[in-house]
Amino acid sequence: MRLLKVFACLTLLASTMLWAQPKDDIQERLKANEERIKALESEIKELKATLAAVARNVPAAPVLQGGEAQEPPPTQLPPTPQAVPTTPTLPGESAGQIPVYGGSSAAAKALNPDISVIGDFLGSIGRNPLNPVPTLEMHESEVGFQAIVDPYARADFFFSFGEEGVNLEEGFLTFTSLPAGLIVRAGKMRAAFGKVNTLHNHVLPWTDRPLVTGSLVGGEDGINDAGLSVTRILPAPRDILLEGTMQVFRGDSADVFKSSRNRDVSLVGHLRGYRDLTESTNLDLGLSYARGHNELGSGFLTQLYGMDATVHWKPLRRAIYHSFVGRTELIWSQRQQTGNVQRAFGLYTSGDYQLARRWFIGGRYDRSGRSNNANLIDSGFSTILTYWPSEFSQIRGQYRFAHYAEGRDGNELRFQLQFSIGAHGAHPF
Amino acid sequence: MIQQISRFHLVFLILVVAVTLSLLFSTPAQAAAKLKIVTATTDMAALAEEVGGDHIEVESIARGYQDPHYVEAKPSFLLKLRKADLLIVVGLQLEIGWLPPLITQSGNPRIQVGAPGYLDASQFAEILEIPTGTVTRAMGDVHPLGNPHYWLEPENGRRIARGIQQKLAEIRPEDKVFFEQRFQSFSRRLTVAEKNWDDQMKPFRGRNVITYHRSWPNFTKRFGLNVVNYVEPRPGIPPSPGHTLDLIGMMRRENVKVILVEPYFDLKTPKSIASQTGAQVVVLLPSVGGEKEVTDYFKLFDYDVALLTKAFKAAQ
Repeated sequence: MRLLKVFACLTLLASTMLWAQPKDDIQERLKANEERIKALESEIKELKATLAAVARNVPAAPVLQGGEAQEPPPTQLPPTPQAVPTTPTLPGESAGQIPVYGGSSAAAKALNPDISVIGDFLGSIGRNPLNPVPTLEMHESEVGFQAIVDPYARADFFFSFGEEGVNLEEGFLTFTSLPAGLIVRAGKMRAAFGKVNTLHNHVLPWTDRPLVTGSLVGGEDGINDAGLSVTRILPAPRDILLEGTMQVFRGDSADVFKSSRNRDVSLVGHLRGYRDLTESTNLDLGLSYARGHNELGSGFLTQLYGMDATVHWKPLRRAIYHSFVGRTELIWSQRQQTGNVQRAFGLYTSGDYQLARRWFIGGRYDRSGRSNNANLIDSGFSTILTYWPSEFSQIRGQYRFAHYAEGRDGNELRFQLQFSIGAHGAHPF
Repeated sequence: MIQQISRFHLVFLILVVAVTLSLLFSTPAQAAAKLKIVTATTDMAALAEEVGGDHIEVESIARGYQDPHYVEAKPSFLLKLRKADLLIVVGLQLEIGWLPPLITQSGNPRIQVGAPGYLDASQFAEILEIPTGTVTRAMGDVHPLGNPHYWLEPENGRRIARGIQQKLAEIRPEDKVFFEQRFQSFSRRLTVAEKNWDDQMKPFRGRNVITYHRSWPNFTKRFGLNVVNYVEPRPGIPPSPGHTLDLIGMMRRENVKVILVEPYFDLKTPKSIASQTGAQVVVLLPSVGGEKEVTDYFKLFDYDVALLTKAFKAAQ
């Protein structure tokens, strides 16, 4: 009986050992497989980290010795393979990589400036005895190049192609990283005199410029010259923006200023006060002064004084459907001439209301003396209707009446087609 | 002697005035230590606030009920930007029509593009609808770098918050632990909230919806909704009669019962479509602050999920 018990125990032990043997084998194999999986996981993590780093154009995530990728903390950001790098790599950031010259890669193209073209096609029917315009004309094609130059400056160039020639409308460098909040511009630019003088044609709410611009401030080109500009936000009571601009130019601006000697520079100063009246309404006021020599020679000065006021209304919840801009500019001109000084005054007042997402209606009243003969006073008015097929094109009609000092009237129906291609940057407010 | 005393008194008086003025105008170092952050939109402000807590002062340029594509570059924003330590933008050209001139005019070197105080949040997020092939304006107002409404996905919210936390720690290393703790707290709360939102939306996965603008790809992907068409024929192009008729026909055929509209779009066309198809118009908020009660990132999803589930239940 004891022998039987011993035999039974031995049999049980043997069977247990026999069963245990393959189990150990399986466990070992499982363990080996687990290790293999872990190694593969590490490899995948490493590859993912490298891919993510490549996608973001930054160095790869650090990898621990032994080939095991660094374990991310529980809330570590997962890699974002579709993330789009939006900031161009600065020189020096790609240290360790072989430089590629010739600009054949897509990355090199990313550093090209934003390029845009804005076409301005004008038509006119009716008659204007003093200031006739062609029936049809490709009035202007503005080509813009805009880019950040380096960490300290950006550059903006706008070439105006007319039917007969090319003109550098503006081309300037803006230093954006100066101390004391100074913004300095150098190059050719529209002077900060009033409002209309600073605006390009395609952002005007009319097909033309007001009479006072033509009579006292140099017409379509306006005060636009090579020079230096310094702007700074000035101390002011809370919620009021006070901004001062001082500019010095060579002294050649259309028929307003003419430089006969190198020292005949022209000066422009502008003081701007701005305040939000409500969330939807704001008031923008400005005082301007310009001084330069006129075409009669170095001994003859022209001085301009300006006041401008603009009221904007745009309800934020329906900003794309309704808005109103009311604006007026008053300009005084004091021009030295042979034997006398002409003191002329001119103004315009306009209002533009957005009826719907695509429709705008507006009106403008004009009155101005002439700079070389203040007794000759022209006046007029316009009504304007604008339609936007999209934000990249617009169709505009304008009825313009003008009564000239000579006693003759102009009656015109003008129409305009404007269209934009490329990435034209935003304009200042 | 009298003259000497007077001079002594004068120097003393100047010293007293100088010390008094310096005491009056100097604020405690801790109180002045708050980082000033300006964000393009309220959503970025909400996420920055989650991470920065009371160590930051944050202001948004656009309001939550405003179309972020068409913000006026008002000069009053310069008053905020000129003092900012950090500017957080949505990027992907969402603000291209208004923000660049403000940055240039601010006169603040810290927040210029590429400077340490300029943060483009899109680099942290999963971006959808990146166009492939030729991109032209014939496609409407497309964003060549991808859809910029990426914050409408909680996981992207977490990624953006992480990115902001790292940037804040870079600018203010002494508060690194504080920002890390705030982020971890936000992340934990977000995980709980995500489960709640997922549970609520689960019964409606696979539902078809129409949206006005392409504001919702991240949101609809997250919650398993199918956007089958848009009220706008193309991004940024107002609805045309022809497209509206096509839309009505399609909605009838495919039994689409919900139209999602952002709060800044006119409801006339969506309501007209809804009246002819038996659908519901749901004014869903794309941004924090779209309504008064939606004051943070969590409440934005609470609000939208509640509205959507109610609309889907009513459509059953």
